[in-house]
Amino acid sequence: MKSIEELMAIKEKMQNKVSLRNSAGDDVRVVVGMATCGIAAGARPVLNAFVEGVSEAGLSDRVMVTQTGCIGICQYEPVVEIYEKDKEKVTYVKMNAEKAKEVIERHLKGGEPISEYTIGAATK
Amino acid sequence: MEEFSLYVLDIVMNSVRAGAENIDVSLDDRGGLLTFKVTDDGCGMTEEQLERLSDPFFTTRKTRGVGLGVPFLKMLAEQTGGDVKVSSVAASESPESHGTTLVATFHSNHIDFIPMGDIKGTFVTLIQGNPDVNFTFVHETDGGEVRLSCAELKSVLGDGIPLSSPEVLAWIRGYLAEAYEEIK
Repeated sequence: MKSIEELMAIKEKMQNKVSLRNSAGDDVRVVVGMATCGIAAGARPVLNAFVEGVSEAGLSDRVMVTQTGCIGICQYEPVVEIYEKDKEKVTYVKMNAEKAKEVIERHLKGGEPISEYTIGAATK
Repeated sequence: MEEFSLYVLDIVMNSVRAGAENIDVSLDDRGGLLTFKVTDDGCGMTEEQLERLSDPFFTTRKTRGVGLGVPFLKMLAEQTGGDVKVSSVAASESPESHGTTLVATFHSNHIDFIPMGDIKGTFVTLIQGNPDVNFTFVHETDGGEVRLSCAELKSVLGDGIPLSSPEVLAWIRGYLAEAYEEIK
């Protein structure tokens, strides 16, 4: 069984890291729409793919994954917005867990947004 | 929505958006009757809002004019022979003690009921998005009980380490996986 001791070990390990993280700040924000429209369209696996993928890719220090309510474009859910310092917001639409993994690899790690998944491509 | 766990996620989000600090979620799924209960200390609803709660064309949000969360839940409950009851005390009327309680019942053996789905995923998602909220999750099944209290986890971790940090989330995911394995 997962024990409280394990949790305390995590605490010890993280206390050293916290000061570091605070000074680095979060450069990139990944925001997933999680209202009824998003949830019904499959936002939960998309969110979890980002949460787990960002951590596995070692990007947790500069990428923060958060949730929001209805963005107002329900027909395009699941919607994911990526805010990056000094760059234009990128809005990905009709996402799924597979596309999320690609976005982590190519956009968050590689620095190149995947234009065919964006709202611009979807509304063409 | 094809999984019951998604209804749970959607309904509990209402408590989050009501600004609740403490949210108790319980699922009592024994002997073919499922009772889903959410109690929060959020801003609550006035009598008028409460009356219109199952009206899909009523919502307080600004981004769109429909609200389908509660109507969806009600439809599912009623098609299995159950129902949804909501009581609420608005903060505007009772600043000291306010909040909402929702109780939904379902006959889980009914042909129109749907699979539970990834309920662990729902709990983890709620914690990830709202690390400051004190959630308590209790899931009772014929095989035993799974319980998780965010307040207890926070008292171990102390200040400065949010429940949403990747290491802590991984622990929670592992904890839930093992707990559900035991009652399978």
